[in-house]
This record gives sequence, structure tokens and C-alpha cells, in this order.
Amino acid sequence: MGTRPPQQLVEHAAVPWLLAVALATAGPHAGHLPLWLSLLVGGALLWRAWLWFQGGQLPPRWSLALLVIGAVAGIGWQFHSLLGKDAGVAMLVVFMALKPLEMRSPRDALVIIMLGYFLLLTHYFYSQSIPTGLWLLTAMALLTATLIRLHGGAQPLAAIARYAGLLLLQALPFMLILYLLFPRVAGPLWGLPQDAYAGLSGLSNQMSPGSISNLIQSGAIAFRSQFVGELPEKSELYWRGPVFDAYDGLTWTARPRNAPLPAPVIEAIGSSHAYSSILEAHNQRWLLALDVPTRLPPDSSLAPTLEVLAREPLRVRSRFSFTSTLDYRANRSETSEALQQALTLPPKLNPRTRALADEWKSRPPEKIAEAALAMFRNQQFHYTLRPPLLGPDAMDEFLFVARRGFCEHYASAFVFLMRAAGVPARVVAGYQGGEVNPVDGYLTVRQSDAHAWAEIWLAGKGWVRVDPTAAVAPSRIEQGIVAALPAGEPLPTFVRLDAQWMRQLRNRWEAANNTWNQWVLGYNPQRQREVLARLGLTDPDWRSMSAWLAMLCGVLLLAVMVWTLPKRRPADPVLRAWKAYCMQLDRRGVRRAEWEGPIAFAQRVADARPDLAALTHEAAGCYAELRYGRGGGEQLRLLQQCIHRLPPQGT
Amino acid sequence: MPTMPATSSPPAVGEILTAANAVILGKPAQTRLALCCLLAKGHLLIEDLPGVGKTTLAHTLARLLGFQFARVQFTSDMLPADILGVSIFDRERGNFRFLPGPVFSQVLLADEINRATPKTQSALLEAMEEGQVTTEGETRPLPQPFFVIATQNPSNQVGTFPLPESQLDRFLLRIELGYPDHDAERSLLESGGRRAQLPALSACLGAGEFAQLQQRAAAIHTSPALLDYLQLLVEATRKQPRFVHGLSPRAALSLLSAARAWAFTGGRQMVLPEDVQAVLPAVARHRLRLVSGSHAGAEDIAALIHSVPLL
Repeated sequence: MGTRPPQQLVEHAAVPWLLAVALATAGPHAGHLPLWLSLLVGGALLWRAWLWFQGGQLPPRWSLALLVIGAVAGIGWQFHSLLGKDAGVAMLVVFMALKPLEMRSPRDALVIIMLGYFLLLTHYFYSQSIPTGLWLLTAMALLTATLIRLHGGAQPLAAIARYAGLLLLQALPFMLILYLLFPRVAGPLWGLPQDAYAGLSGLSNQMSPGSISNLIQSGAIAFRSQFVGELPEKSELYWRGPVFDAYDGLTWTARPRNAPLPAPVIEAIGSSHAYSSILEAHNQRWLLALDVPTRLPPDSSLAPTLEVLAREPLRVRSRFSFTSTLDYRANRSETSEALQQALTLPPKLNPRTRALADEWKSRPPEKIAEAALAMFRNQQFHYTLRPPLLGPDAMDEFLFVARRGFCEHYASAFVFLMRAAGVPARVVAGYQGGEVNPVDGYLTVRQSDAHAWAEIWLAGKGWVRVDPTAAVAPSRIEQGIVAALPAGEPLPTFVRLDAQWMRQLRNRWEAANNTWNQWVLGYNPQRQREVLARLGLTDPDWRSMSAWLAMLCGVLLLAVMVWTLPKRRPADPVLRAWKAYCMQLDRRGVRRAEWEGPIAFAQRVADARPDLAALTHEAAGCYAELRYGRGGGEQLRLLQQCIHRLPPQGT
Repeated sequence: MPTMPATSSPPAVGEILTAANAVILGKPAQTRLALCCLLAKGHLLIEDLPGVGKTTLAHTLARLLGFQFARVQFTSDMLPADILGVSIFDRERGNFRFLPGPVFSQVLLADEINRATPKTQSALLEAMEEGQVTTEGETRPLPQPFFVIATQNPSNQVGTFPLPESQLDRFLLRIELGYPDHDAERSLLESGGRRAQLPALSACLGAGEFAQLQQRAAAIHTSPALLDYLQLLVEATRKQPRFVHGLSPRAALSLLSAARAWAFTGGRQMVLPEDVQAVLPAVARHRLRLVSGSHAGAEDIAALIHSVPLL
């Protein structure tokens, strides 16, 4: 067996750094790894820390091999695969936890660092929030600091931190250029496509009793809007979602059409409002515009029932610009098919309601609507999130017995009454109101602002909105859900926040999240185009962006080079020749100290390598004459020759 | 053939050094520094314990260079007039007559200068700076050349008045002799004390020859690269936190002229960084004060040199 050169070992004092790296990069994955794996990882790191503390021997390789085989088998059993996102991340975490146990040479330490940088990225599969970003930034600083510690040896913590910070700061210009110019692809910034649709909430494409009051329990944000001009009155803010025109006695749905209806005709009367909305993904096509939109964002259309539909279901948070008019006439002439549908009721159900409607049939349609609203307003109806359960004749029970309900109950009872009395009517679901976040001025609309109202068709006026909830609980429309519901109703605390400071904290946090969403997560091709257009780069395609990218990075690199080059490369041929000579001597075992003068160096060489004494004396003499005396080209030539006259290495 | 930097001293210099080293045993670097100090027209301060040969060195140099020589032993009760001279009333002529003090000589050996009071010290130091003496309203020039070779005991000894920085700055070089090594001490013991040899020393130089040597030393070439290096060193003393303050421009000039003299005594026609490094401790140690309050030690100067890269 040949003898191996003595192996260099990882410095003992550097081991805690590497363990900290392993903990910082693998630790946060504990939240979504199986428990046994988290315990294995924690145990391995603790074991290594104990060995470090005791100065003990690392475990033999065969035991580590057993551990790896066991862990991989466990992962395969748990995830039914070794491929894919979750299994892959679990494998990386296992490697990160076990590598310190076989960390002997500096090369092993480098593997840990590189694995750490890679493992950082995997966290974005699971979360892209601001705290995650901050944590990963810290972990990256720690990785860089550890790299510095490994190569630079022991030094004060402050010096390492400063150096690491400086290195990361130097990366900042490149990061900005890449951020601005690297061509974006459509789709979620991180994660595999199937991740994008998990856990989305919002209005559904049908409405049955309880569906909206369930949605209202969530304080999650549905969308945020920013108005160009003044914000309309809160009671005017009806954000239109799906329109339901078919009722089966329990559930309202949109009836599928055989033939497409003609495009809607909208006559705007009042002033219009321009605004843009950032919609959270809800996996549906409707875009929640303010009633009614007159200008649509690209790649969207106005449905015959006046809601804005995107071409594809909304699967990522997106930004849209609209213009809406609040005062309008919509579809003054409506097709008979649509009107017929707006009068259809399931047969036989709710006889008492039908009887009431029959009494009103002789009146003009406006009077019928007024009569229904007056009934809601004047009789003992209550607005509550906890209505009693209703039987098969739901409308009869609601209108004549329970009289307790939520917007969905009022809207559906109103529409039922209208249809029974011969007035075309339909249910509209959406959101009503919203709250301005004073921090960034965005109007925030939450799931708790979900609402349902009614629309009736009047000859000469078209579709007119009627909100029966406003008759029962005017404060719901004027002040919002919190004011309308009595205390004790099950609203999320997040929505109901009473303490002023908590409300402010929430507003700030949501504003920060909004900025993060828009500028980091939502920086999609469209947004990139907008930003570049503002920077004067109109209509960029990926080619011109790549060209700019290459050019700017090149300019930056050139600047860095110009800045650092003079310090590195002596321009003077005398210095170059002397440095080359000294480098040759370094290879032969005598290194010139940085501060050492030529003659003193030659003296030292004479002591260490008597065979090189004469030559070095000559070279040093030439250099001294050239640099400190009045030597000329002759000496330079001689000095350069000295380099070649050196005997070959190893003799 | 290129002119190799000669390693032999000019003949006159070699002669002086050989003769001096025959008296001061085992201290060739110190005798060369002392000679360099005089060649660079500076005053010399020798600091060490009593009895290591400070006075002998000063005496030897003065004799070898053929200078008129006076010696003053400083004591704590000494007055400025004891150095500068006094006017006494001449009865025969009926007027005051000036009796010049020991300062009116070419080489003044000021022995144990830090035993005198600050007042007396400053009288001497003024003469060193101005090259003239003003007493009783009359200014009298000192002979040319005029050198002061002062010796002092380490200031932590009992009964000393340490020289303030401003006055230390007037000495171009400060050297320490240190104990002789084993062989030198044995020769010393075998041949008896050195003072006895002093009267037997004869001057190596004729009148005016030393001035020529001084001129030649001052003409040694210094390249821009060397000045760069020297400036880097001086700037380093100002930047490094271990020193309370850096070297003054006057100290930089002193460093340059001392390095020239060192190169000259080494027989070179140009100053090398090695020359600057060789004289730097003698130039800088008494001028730099550490944050701890003491003067810079040899290791501080070594660290300073090692911190300035040389190309």
C-alpha cells in the first residue's frame, strides 16, 4: 500500500460554525418533514456537537453507511418515492444532517457549505413570506461567514461579520440587474405547478345556505384595490362575482347555456373610476370588478351577466386594471331566453311565499320590489351569522317563521319573491365594501366582506341592483360587517380587532405583505414590462432584455475590474521581473517576505540555498540598481535572464 | 557587467570604523550608526546603563575624526552657565570678559544629560538647534562642525529628568549599546579598560575631510520608489493605532538623511529599503510613544517594518 500524504483536518474551532449552518438550513424544514426524520436530523446534529465538545472520534464509516441506507429507505417508505419535491427535500436534509458526522477534511466542510446554499432554495417551495425571506437572508450571511471562517482562520466575530456583509453587499448590484432584466416566465415564482392550487378560498360557483356565512369566518384577504382618483362611498362598493340565475329549491347556480348570449350593453351615466386590483388566487375565472366595468384588463371578457371573466382560472396572485362606472343602465333590451330564465322557479315548493307574491302580481315591478323591501324592513327580521336550519320549504320557513338570516338568505328570498311575482330577478355574489389601509392607501377587501345581493330587470332600466340586506341591516352596507353583526357573532378576531394598536400593527403588516407580493412574488412578465417601460425600455422582449442584462453585468464587472486591477498587476516590467524571480524562488522553498528588501533577501537565500546564492545576488543587485539606483535596460535584460538561469525545480 | 552594489565602505570610512571597532569591542553596528549620525550632520544620543562604554564611544569618535572635544558631566546642581560660559569682571581692563563654556567646541560630550535639571538641558538643546549661543544679550556662533553626543541613563533610574519629546526630537539618532557579547567581554577583561587607549588614538582624517564625506553622503541617490517606501513607513506610524502620534516631517527628513549616510558607509551610491530599515529603529524609537506610555521598543519597529509591504 502506498502511503497517503497526511490529510489536512477541519479546524476544531470551525466545527460549531458548520453545525450552525446545518441547523440554520435544515432546521426550518422540520415543520413539514415527518416527525421521525426531524428527530433523526436533530439527533445527528446533537451527536456531532457532543463529539466536538468531548473531542471524541467520528463514528466509523460503516455505521454512517447504515444510517444513510436506513434513512433513505424510510424516506422511500414515507413518500412512496425518492423523487419529487418532498422526498427530494427530505433526502437533502438527511445528507445535511449526516455529513458533519464524516467531516474530516476541509473538502467535507466545503460540501456542507455548498449543500447549505442549495438547501436554502428549497425553503421557497413551502413558503415565500417575508419572514422566510429574512430568515434565508440571515442563513445566507451565516453560510458566507462560515466560508470566510474556513478559509481565513480564526478572527474576531465582528471582522467575519463585516467581511460577509461586504461580500453580500457586493452581490447587490448584480442581484438588482438580474431582478429587473432577467426574462420572467408566467406562473408562480416558486414551486411546482400543482402547488399553486392548494388551499385556495373564495366565492364558489354555487350558493347554498351557509356557503357565504362560512366564507365570512375567514379574515384572509380576497383582493386589494388602489383607486386612481377618489374612493367612492363605501355603500357603492359592490364587487361583482358570479351571478346565479338557477334555483333548485336549495342551491343557486349559474345555468349552463346552450348558445352564447349576446354581449351585454352598458350605458354609463355617471363618472367613472379607474383602479387596479391585486387579486389573490381563487381558482375561478371571475375577476371581481366594481359594478359595472366599462374598461377591462387585457385577456378578459365581460360575461352577459356583467361579471368580468379571465380566460383561465386565476391560479396566481395577479394584478388587473379596470375602469368602472357606478351609475349605469345595463341590458335595457334583454333576450327572452335570459328573461325566461330569470323567472324560473322550482315547482310546488314554498306555497306561502308564492301566495304572498301572487297578492303583489298586479302591481308594477318597482312597487313589488318596494313591497318586499318594506316587508324586510318593517317586520321583525334579524341579521345574524347563526340562522336556524331550514327545512324543504326554505323560503316559507325563513319569511314566516325564523326571520333570522344572513345576506344569502335575504338575497335568495327576495329573488324568489320577485320571480314568483313575475319580475325577472337573479342573485349576484361578490364582495361589498372594504377597508382602506392607511399605511399604503390600498382598499383591502377580505373574505369577511363576502356578500350576496339581488338584481331585477325593469323594462326601460335594464338590470337594477337591489340589496335586501340593506333593508334589514343598513349598517352592513354603510359601515361593514363588524358594525352590522351584534357582539358575540362568530367573526374572526382578526377582522374584529378592537385595540387600536393591534389594528395599526395589522395594517402595517398587511401593507408590507402587499409590497412584497407586488414587487417580489408578483413580479411577473407584465409587471416587468411596466417597470422597464418606466425606465425607458419600451416594449422589451426576452432578446433585448438579455442583451441589456449582459451589457449591464459586463459594465459592472468591468468597473469592478478597473477598480481592483491596479492593486494586483504591477505594470512596471522591473517589478514584474522581480516578482517572477521571487515566485520562482518561492517554488524552490525560499519565500521573500513582503517587506523584505532585495539585498537582505539575497542574503537570506545565500544562507538557505547556497547553490542559488550567486544568481540571486546578481538578480537582487540588478533589481536594486533598476528600482533604487540609476540602472537601465541592460540590467533589466540581465534580471530577466536570471529567471531563466535558475536551475529546474527539485534539483 | 552591471555595477554590483558594492559592499565595501569608502576607504576613509572603513579606516574610521576599523579603528573605532578596535576600541569599542563587538559593537560594529552601533559604531557605524554613530558615525552615520555625524555624517548626516545630526546629534547623537546614546542611552544605556552606566558602564557599557557610552562615553568611550563618544570619545573615540571625536578623536578619530580629529575634532576638538569637550566633555561635560551633567549633574543635578548644574546651571546653564556651566555649559554656555560666563562673563567675569576683568580688573585689569575694567570690563567684563566672556569665558566660553564647554559648548564652544566641535564635539561636546554631554555625559548623563538626563541628570541635569530641565533648565540646564534646554540651554544645551537650544545651542544644538540654533548653532549659536545667546548669553547676556550677546549672540556668539558655535564652531563648525558642532556635534553633541549625549549619553543618558534609562529614565527609570533614580535621579533623572527625562528629556521631553520636543527635545528628544533634536537628536537625529538614539542608539543603545547593550552588554558586550562573551568574546568581546573576554578581550576587554584581558586587555584592561579601554579609556587608557584613548589618548593614543590619532585622527584618521585631515582638516576639512569630514565635511567632504558629509557632502558625499548627502549626495547619495534616492529613487522615487525609495521615497514611496519611506513615505509609506512614515504614514504607517501615523495610522497605526499602537502609536500615540506618528513621525513628524522633520523625523522623515532625519530618516532619509540617516538612510543616506548608512548607504554611504555601506559603500553604495543609492539608498535601498534595507538602509531605511536599518536606521529606522535608531531614528524612530525615541520619537514614537506607545499608547501604553512607554517609548516604542525594537519589536514595535520590527512590526512596523513588517506591516509595510515592499515592492
